[in-house]
Amino acid sequence: MSLRIVVCVKYVPDAAGDRHFADDLTVDREDADGLLSELDEYAVEQALQIADDADDAEITVVTVGPEDAKDALRKALSMGADKAVHVEDDDLHGTDVVGTSLVLAKAIEKTGYDLVVCGMASTDGTMGVLPAMLAERLGVPQVTLLSEVSVEGGTVKGRRDGDAATERLEASLPAVVSVTDQSGEARYPSFKGIMAAKKKPVESLDLGDLDIDADEVGLGGAWTAVDAVTERPARTQGTIVKDEGEGGKQLAAYLAEQKFI
Amino acid sequence: MAEVLVYVDHVDGAVRKPTLELLTLARRLGEPVALALGAGAEATAATLGEHGAVRVLTADAPEFTDYLVVPKVDALQAAYDSVSPVAVLLPSSGEAKEIAARLAVRIGSGLITDAVDLEAGDQGPVATQSAFAAAYSTKSRISKGTPVITVKPNSAPVEPSAAAGTVEALAVSFGDTATGTKVVSREPRESTGRPELTEAAIVVSGGRGVNGAENFAVIEALADSLGAAVGASRAAVDAGWYPHSNQVGQTGKSVSPQLYIASGISGAIQHRAGMQTSKTIVAVNKDAEAPIFDLVDFGIVGDLFAVVPQLTDEVKARKG
Ligand SMILES: Cc1cc2nc3c(=O)[nH]c(=O)nc-3n(C[C@H](O)[C@H](O)[C@@H](O)COP(=O)(O)OP(=O)(O)OC[C@H]3O[C@@H](n4cnc5c(N)ncnc54)[C@H](O)[C@@H]3O)c2cc1C
Ligand SMILES: Cc1cc2nc3c(=O)[nH]c(=O)nc-3n(C[C@H](O)[C@H](O)[C@H](O)COP(=O)(O)OP(=O)(O)OC[C@H]3O[C@@H](n4cnc5c(N)ncnc54)[C@H](O)[C@@H]3O)c2cc1C
Repeated sequence: MSLRIVVCVKYVPDAAGDRHFADDLTVDREDADGLLSELDEYAVEQALQIADDADDAEITVVTVGPEDAKDALRKALSMGADKAVHVEDDDLHGTDVVGTSLVLAKAIEKTGYDLVVCGMASTDGTMGVLPAMLAERLGVPQVTLLSEVSVEGGTVKGRRDGDAATERLEASLPAVVSVTDQSGEARYPSFKGIMAAKKKPVESLDLGDLDIDADEVGLGGAWTAVDAVTERPARTQGTIVKDEGEGGKQLAAYLAEQKFI
Repeated sequence: MAEVLVYVDHVDGAVRKPTLELLTLARRLGEPVALALGAGAEATAATLGEHGAVRVLTADAPEFTDYLVVPKVDALQAAYDSVSPVAVLLPSSGEAKEIAARLAVRIGSGLITDAVDLEAGDQGPVATQSAFAAAYSTKSRISKGTPVITVKPNSAPVEPSAAAGTVEALAVSFGDTATGTKVVSREPRESTGRPELTEAAIVVSGGRGVNGAENFAVIEALADSLGAAVGASRAAVDAGWYPHSNQVGQTGKSVSPQLYIASGISGAIQHRAGMQTSKTIVAVNKDAEAPIFDLVDFGIVGDLFAVVPQLTDEVKARKG
């Protein structure tokens, strides 16, 4: 029986460029170059490895995002995923995490799944909560923040390095997992992969296809409201001294003056 | 008066500092009611009472240790149902964020994570958050349901404020999904005796420039002279020189100490995301062009192997 893996990938503004908020206080996605959230590359990588170890597996990548979010799907397809689902609807603009989890859960249920793989956090919102919300909505176990993951028979096993301890976890499929950037370097798409990705199917779904009311998502339907955004003044550069043999002493004098010593 | 539910992070009854900070913030919104789970839950009451908790709800069951996250969500929901709070506050740890996330979905509420400040507002609590590696600061609130908010360490002062801290046992019934994810084994992290990274007033970090696991002794010696925690860049962690639990940055810990000292760290955006809000930033780097110097209050362009030991000696000498 085929193992159906769904990977959630987010399209985010490039952290290396300037990231802004638009006038409605949502993330400016027009002005910024977007890409597949780097932390979701680790999710795609682990899905590919799990698929390799399975007799038979199919990987679907899913994103909720604007037209350009197709770029994120193409990248995941060129890494080796089999097909893609793009949830795209003008009414989605400004959706918060509760709304996003609702949309993703419906899309994943529609696609069909045995295993959902997410990144540990997006590189823009960086909340790190969506996988837990998905598990709650889907009513399946969460095996999250994993630095190691494997699937054997109908069981997913993983290792979670928490603040106080390292835990070994186990759950029966279907389940939602999220993986950290300690789970293993993500592969680069090969030229063959990039060419093949162009022919892979990308299905588009809108809110109607998922039976979601527009007032449950978007800026108006959001469970959270952003009232103000202020750009922080850039830190003004302080004193910079070249070490001529007394650097450590100069630093100590500064720390003493600031009352740290 | 309105009650605010506070989720307690404790180790065998010893309450961790971020929870005491939450109690300070909770008192701005109403009367704190604390929820402590697991072994030692009742032992938290005295400390929580001293910091303003009017009531302490406790529950212990093997499910809290044997299964991941969901049993704690079941308990938090039971507390939520019994208290009907005006807000639910949790610390911003990986686990507590997931507990918050699931509760928010269950009770149909919005969720704000990683708040760095919290004030009472006309339409409920107003949270300040840092966005895009601390380049922006935002003010948000929950527009549907009961606010569920997680707060980063060092976001508020710890202020004692005596309250009853009456202990009440909370009845928790576990749902079908509680036993879904089994914790097969748990290996506690060895204590280094140094302060906890996210809570420390001073953090001393090393990066690729430290050039070897054994050389981290130089960084540790400075940290110990200052009573500081030790941090590392991802490059140092990936090289296997220091444990991942000490990584500072986007995918490591985010720290906001009074003083951050970066040695042999270039200052990539993902590193900055985790330390940019430190009050005072100091760097030692041999490259005058390193981006970390854009952030510093005081920077030394030089070899860390010359500068850091000299600094350590000087700190020790001054402290006597
Ligand atoms: C600066 C900033 C602050 C925000 N603060 C809040 C807030 O306080 N409250 C709130 O409700 N919303 C907030 N949002 C909106 C929220 O981040 C997004 O709505 C949402 O996509 C989920 O949160 P996340 O990206 O932080 O996800 P995370 O929980 O960090 O993402 C984890 C994983 O979930 C998957 N995933 C996340 N989003 C998508 C997607 N659109 N498509 C496919 N997979 C996805 C990916 O696998 C990802 O690695 C904020 C957004 C920004 C940019
Ligand atoms: C998705 C993602 C997440 C990431 N998350 C994190 C994160 O959480 N934390 C993090 O730190 N990084 C993170 N990174 C990695 C980040 O982009 C950088 O690669 C990393 O921070 C570099 O570490 P570094 O500054 O130690 O090394 P480098 O950038 O190599 O800098 C080393 C510095 O040491 C200096 N140096 C060398 N020798 C000496 C000497 N003897 N004396 C003084 N100075 C010396 C050099 O001049 C140089 O500036 C992430 C990257 C990605 C893509």
